[in-house]
Amino acid sequence: MANDLFNSFMSGPDEKGRFGIFGGRFVSETLMPLILDLEAEYEKAKTDDSFWAEMDDLWQHYVGRPSPLYYAPRLTEALGGAKIYLKRDELNHTGAHKINNVLGQIILARRMGKTRIIAETGAGQHGVATATVCARFGLKCVVYMGAHDVERQAPNVFRMRLLGAEVVPVTSGRGTLKDAMNDALRDWVTNVRDTFYCIGTVAGPHPYPAMVRDFQSIIGKEVRWQLAEQEGEGRLPDTVIAAIGGGSNAMGLFYPFLDDPSVNIIGVEAGGKGVDMKMEHCASLTGGRPGVLHGNRTYLLQDDDGQILEGFSISAGLDYPGIGPEHAWLHDIGRAQYVSITDKEALEAFQFCCQQEGIIPALEPSHALAHVMKIAPDLPKDHIIVMNMCGRGDKDIFTVARHLGFDMEESD
Amino acid sequence: MTRIDAKFAALKDQGKKGFVAYVMAGDPDFDTSLEIVKGLPGAGVDVIELGLPFTDPMADGPTIQKAGQRALDGGMTLKKTLALATEFRKGDDTTPIVLMGYYNPIYSHGVETFLTDAKAAGIDGLIVVDLPPEEDDELCLPAQAAGMNFIRLATPTTDDRRLPKVLENTSGFVYYVSITGITGSAEAQATDVGPEVARIKAKTDLPVIVGFGINSPEKSQAIASVADGAVVGSAIVGKIAEGKPVAEVLDFVKTLADGAHRA
Repeated sequence: MANDLFNSFMSGPDEKGRFGIFGGRFVSETLMPLILDLEAEYEKAKTDDSFWAEMDDLWQHYVGRPSPLYYAPRLTEALGGAKIYLKRDELNHTGAHKINNVLGQIILARRMGKTRIIAETGAGQHGVATATVCARFGLKCVVYMGAHDVERQAPNVFRMRLLGAEVVPVTSGRGTLKDAMNDALRDWVTNVRDTFYCIGTVAGPHPYPAMVRDFQSIIGKEVRWQLAEQEGEGRLPDTVIAAIGGGSNAMGLFYPFLDDPSVNIIGVEAGGKGVDMKMEHCASLTGGRPGVLHGNRTYLLQDDDGQILEGFSISAGLDYPGIGPEHAWLHDIGRAQYVSITDKEALEAFQFCCQQEGIIPALEPSHALAHVMKIAPDLPKDHIIVMNMCGRGDKDIFTVARHLGFDMEESD
Repeated sequence: MTRIDAKFAALKDQGKKGFVAYVMAGDPDFDTSLEIVKGLPGAGVDVIELGLPFTDPMADGPTIQKAGQRALDGGMTLKKTLALATEFRKGDDTTPIVLMGYYNPIYSHGVETFLTDAKAAGIDGLIVVDLPPEEDDELCLPAQAAGMNFIRLATPTTDDRRLPKVLENTSGFVYYVSITGITGSAEAQATDVGPEVARIKAKTDLPVIVGFGINSPEKSQAIASVADGAVVGSAIVGKIAEGKPVAEVLDFVKTLADGAHRA
């Protein structure tokens, strides 16, 4: 790729909310005025010092930022190649990167005078983060969650309820994350005047993909100075890697490095039972094609008629048939590379991480780690990989136990 | 002049309000659905709104969601939806058909190909829920260039500042969504709708038709009396879901149409 392109990768989206052909504002008229209000409010907040002062204070004292950038010596040694760092966003309050973004959106909602917050959730991490911040600010919170996910993520459902949120099991469609998003949109369209929709990933109508990316970019910004501190002034990672469902943790890690040509960027999609088999995966970029859903144009898993297909993954957090529009664009222009990892590979990485580093990862970053395990052995020892450990695995131990053949009764 | 323009011009001459009926193409199956659509003009329907099934109908309530699911489960597609319109046109060359749905099946088919195929099938207008004026380049402008109406939704959140933008590239008629919400939910109130319709009519010469939340002959009449016509969808689709015989569905449609025509 020509080097002169590199100063332009951080300038998106354009005024229509597009990254190349991706993104946009494909929503019903009822929502359009709201989306324009939100965009105006966010534009104001972006350059408002008091907004960022409030964010920084909460990030530091409530979330526990900065999260450590941890050199993983035994992983590095066992793989025998590249030097591996883990960005420890699983140590955040609520156990994942999701809260970085939720804080930003809730502060915006308060500025807009909204009193009721709705959210969709898959694995439950975004739902828990939203319920948490709503409790912190005394806001009413309603979380839409696919009925199937309510079953397989029982501990997170209980957490949300403890935090005072109403969890609505979604049975429309097939009862998964995409259906939860549909029902959240239906709620929003019905309660436009007092309700703020807190989207959990870098998808949805403009300005959500850009706004969520900006809030999550704290991850990559911290990596920049933390690595310089540990490896010397000006030292950048050679490779950054993150798992992708909708792609918010990945966008947060990637974005601050888009204009650094020496940094390889790799996104890891959920390959489920394998991308070659009949759509039993969630790899939208590898196995999908461009379409329009949930307010944006992006790569989608769909049939010949443009009907949306269900994704499949061991990880409920990656189980979405689309991907953020900025990833779709980075894929098409070749700035980032996207690969997929199967359930089986992710499970192996999950166990390897527990044994080598004493860190129980969520199944989502286990996908990223599985790819690290593939490439690290062949890279030189001075090659630095930074992988985003975007969530901890407590929520997943029941699923993993089942796959490993342990009979573990759930607490209910 | 499209069939839609001609129909509303004729209604105006007769001093009559219009009645628009929505059914989902392929619900509960292709043949039954075709039989229902063929019977609509005889039941007093002025404009047929034909639902294009989609897996993720974000603006629709449970009744129409399930209708789409039944149609898809029965193998309905965009191509078959156009085939249904083609069949209907063999016996009726005047009743306008508006295709209503979501953008992805159309985008997936390819916009240019879709417009050619839809025109050939006798489709007169499009209502695409997830294409606001901000995305007019996608389908609205190409459709109008191809001689098809693009009917826009105006809603209670479309304020005066925004209204001109919504009306700018609208043709055929303006579809006023009576409530903030999804199809088949809250009931529309004529007292709320009347002033809103007047507000829109002050800015356009197009007919203003009101839909969402209209479920009985009385409601159809009350709403049509403060607008240029009324749309009923979920209430009709609900009868189809109950498995009522086609004749009974059409009898119900006739009571709704009569309601609007009394206004």
